[in-house]
Amino acid sequence: MDGERLASGSSELAVGESPRGGAPIPGGSGSCSLLQADVLDLDEDEDDLEVFSKDASLMDMNSFSPMMPTSPLSMINQVKFEDEPDLKDLFITVDAPESHVTTIETFITYRIITKVNAEGPFPLPEKFIVKGMVERFNDDFIETRRKALHKFLNRIADHPTLTFNEDFKVFLTAQASELSSYKKQGPGLLSRMGQTVRAVASSMRGVRNRPDEFTEMNNFIETFSQKINLIDKISQRIYKEERDYLDEMKEYGPIHTVWSASEEDLVDTLKGIANCIEQCCKATEKRMSGLSEVLLPVVHEYVLYSEMLMGVMKRRDQIQTELDSKVEALTYKKADADLLTEEIGKLEDKVECANNALKADWERWKQNMQNDLKSAFTDTAEENIRYYEQCLATWESFLTSQTDLPLEEDSEDKI
Amino acid sequence: MEQTPPDPERPLQPAPLEPLGGPGAVLEAAVGEETQGTREDSSGVETMTGNNFWLKKIEISVSEAEKRTGRNAMNMQETYTAYLIETRSVGHADGQSVLTDSLWRRYSEFELLRNYLLVYYPHIVVPPLPEKRAEFVWHKLSADNMDPDFVERRRIGLENFLLRVASHPVLCRDKIFYLFLTQEGNWKETVNETGFQLKADSRLKALNATFRVKNPDKRFTELKHYSDELQSVISHLLRVRARVADRLYGVYKVHGNYGRVFSEWSAIEKEMGDGLQSAGHHMDVYASSIDDILEDEEHYADQLKEYLFYAEALRAVCRKHELMQYDLETAAQDLASKKQQCEELATGTVRTFSLKGMTTKLFGQEAPEQREARVKVLEEQIGEGEQQLKSKNLESREFVKNAWADIERFKEQKNRDLKEALISYAVMQISMCKKHFGGRSRQVSVSLKPVWSVWEFKFGPMLRSALARCNPGK
Repeated sequence: MDGERLASGSSELAVGESPRGGAPIPGGSGSCSLLQADVLDLDEDEDDLEVFSKDASLMDMNSFSPMMPTSPLSMINQVKFEDEPDLKDLFITVDAPESHVTTIETFITYRIITKVNAEGPFPLPEKFIVKGMVERFNDDFIETRRKALHKFLNRIADHPTLTFNEDFKVFLTAQASELSSYKKQGPGLLSRMGQTVRAVASSMRGVRNRPDEFTEMNNFIETFSQKINLIDKISQRIYKEERDYLDEMKEYGPIHTVWSASEEDLVDTLKGIANCIEQCCKATEKRMSGLSEVLLPVVHEYVLYSEMLMGVMKRRDQIQTELDSKVEALTYKKADADLLTEEIGKLEDKVECANNALKADWERWKQNMQNDLKSAFTDTAEENIRYYEQCLATWESFLTSQTDLPLEEDSEDKI
Repeated sequence: MEQTPPDPERPLQPAPLEPLGGPGAVLEAAVGEETQGTREDSSGVETMTGNNFWLKKIEISVSEAEKRTGRNAMNMQETYTAYLIETRSVGHADGQSVLTDSLWRRYSEFELLRNYLLVYYPHIVVPPLPEKRAEFVWHKLSADNMDPDFVERRRIGLENFLLRVASHPVLCRDKIFYLFLTQEGNWKETVNETGFQLKADSRLKALNATFRVKNPDKRFTELKHYSDELQSVISHLLRVRARVADRLYGVYKVHGNYGRVFSEWSAIEKEMGDGLQSAGHHMDVYASSIDDILEDEEHYADQLKEYLFYAEALRAVCRKHELMQYDLETAAQDLASKKQQCEELATGTVRTFSLKGMTTKLFGQEAPEQREARVKVLEEQIGEGEQQLKSKNLESREFVKNAWADIERFKEQKNRDLKEALISYAVMQISMCKKHFGGRSRQVSVSLKPVWSVWEFKFGPMLRSALARCNPGK
């Protein structure tokens, strides 16, 4: 890759602290992360396409790196609960898409402007690599992606808990070199997300006082996450199979035309069939592009979203555990009672904050999820209907031309 | 032997042939004169008088297939499939059919029958047998000869073969064919006794003729080219169609995975639960619909395959013509050279090289008596040769005439059949599209949840009105 990668132009801010521990980070520090958008394959050796990950030492109990081979917007959820809850004024804009073509791949970069209360904007063009499925970077696609990114980042920014995410800050502000080293601090964790989550979750089962509603949420998001991941895989597989089918059909149609050259009495019939097949190919192409522009991106977004949410919940549980253990410590050790009490006080605030935020978010998120997925599936269904309608029309008109018989009437109850 | 002389002039009642019908498909081969007795007495065959063997209309069907084990020629155990052939005679009065014959045959016996027909009717485009081994398979189809689906398709193909033969104006009158349908035991010996294998033209001879023939009838040359093209294009078509089937199968089956996932997902959703369940169910139905669709298409492929194999039958006729023509040319050439020799001997001029001439030059002239003797021999030979040439010429012309008549018949049959097959392909596509529209009205009541009601009508034209009716809740 060439040096177009990241423009300089941001002031360098050190990543203030070691990722462990809870020391405060002054608002506005950060670094950039590379977003991966490798939809179909994961090639770990390619720098650009590595999924962002960290090593075990840096990992907290509640963080995990989803090494899904398909995660364009993946992020590590290492949520550090900071003592500065007022870092809410984080404004992010995603704009200035640029397309870069190299011999290896084609990718698009977007500029991400972050405004924080403490510092000025850091306009850093960021690279967003899209590979695989989408072969044409048409304007609609680029715009869709831009909006999606914008939406995504703002969602994080809005989220009361997630804004404190260390990696988020890293993402927004780091230089490429910083980023690579940040990335390389952790080996890729190739476990499926489900496994990681379960492993993490099981360590969290010890949370004694987790309120029921959060347990419910947790269960929901675990199952949902599993399912949406499967749906993601299935949808992509369908796309692939349809493409293969299209390729074969493209060879199939013209054979009939070739044949018509040696059959004087069957010319019309054969050419007619060749034509019908061609029309059906076009309809298939349309259907496929609907899939890739609507369903696949949405499903994928929710894959990532659910990952994030799981992280959030883990984090909440962790805070709770911290609180509980400190309370316990207080009960058993009379020493440092004052310090403990103070800490407990703070933790209690944190827990309450987190709980409220989560509760407020939850319904909203669920509603969004239902609406988004519903409309994506609806659109896909519409596309499918159009496809079959088109094919039917093509073949029926061929049939009428070949025979002079009227077609049978459709009965609604006929399957 | 019993080669019934070709009689293309004979009017025959039209036998509407339904190639590749389902089990029990019938053909009515109308035959004219009566013969004595019915089949019970197989010896009645020997007292055959006319060219027709059946009392009235007949129906032929290959109704069953059965696995058998037995010992083959090398006394080794083998497993094979036997097919039950039933012949029925249809009464004029009531249209009822009576089973007149029923026997079991295996594939190799069909092959024997066909090879016999090829030898004795070289001017006829002999209907082909279904393939010996499964070809053009795609992954779901088995290439195993014992596979039940393959056996079933072969059963239909064999029935089709018999119907084709029985409806052919010339072939239907063949005695060996009649015996094939009526005499189970000893049939193989009877066929072999005809000595047809010895009469078969050697492949080598045929190849030789193909290369060296000088003046074949142009129509046969064109026919040969046509049959090559036909074979090539149909093979290609069948190959790609198999790949298309494979891919389509993949698309449908992957959708089936949605079914399971939706169903599991529905367990955690309150409002969406029912809708998801229903959606999942529809995915399952969709995924399983491909099996029937592709089975029908296999049927279509078999129809094309028949004509793929017919191409070879056409080439066989062309080869026979080339052989006869070459034979004729050689005989004519022989005759011409003999005549020339004779002339030279008579007039004493030596224009052509001959061993005799050479030795004469070297060793002196022969005596006039010797020369006269030779001239006489030559003249005799020339006379014979002229007779032979005449008859060969006649034979050849007869062959060309009869062959071409059958080829014209074949062409019409081919155009009809192929057009029908192609149209049936279109019909299949239409029914597949309609399948996915189908009235899902009964599903309306299942889930009225606005969010997922769309899935009930995933492929239904009612989708749009459903979307309008239900709250599009976005």
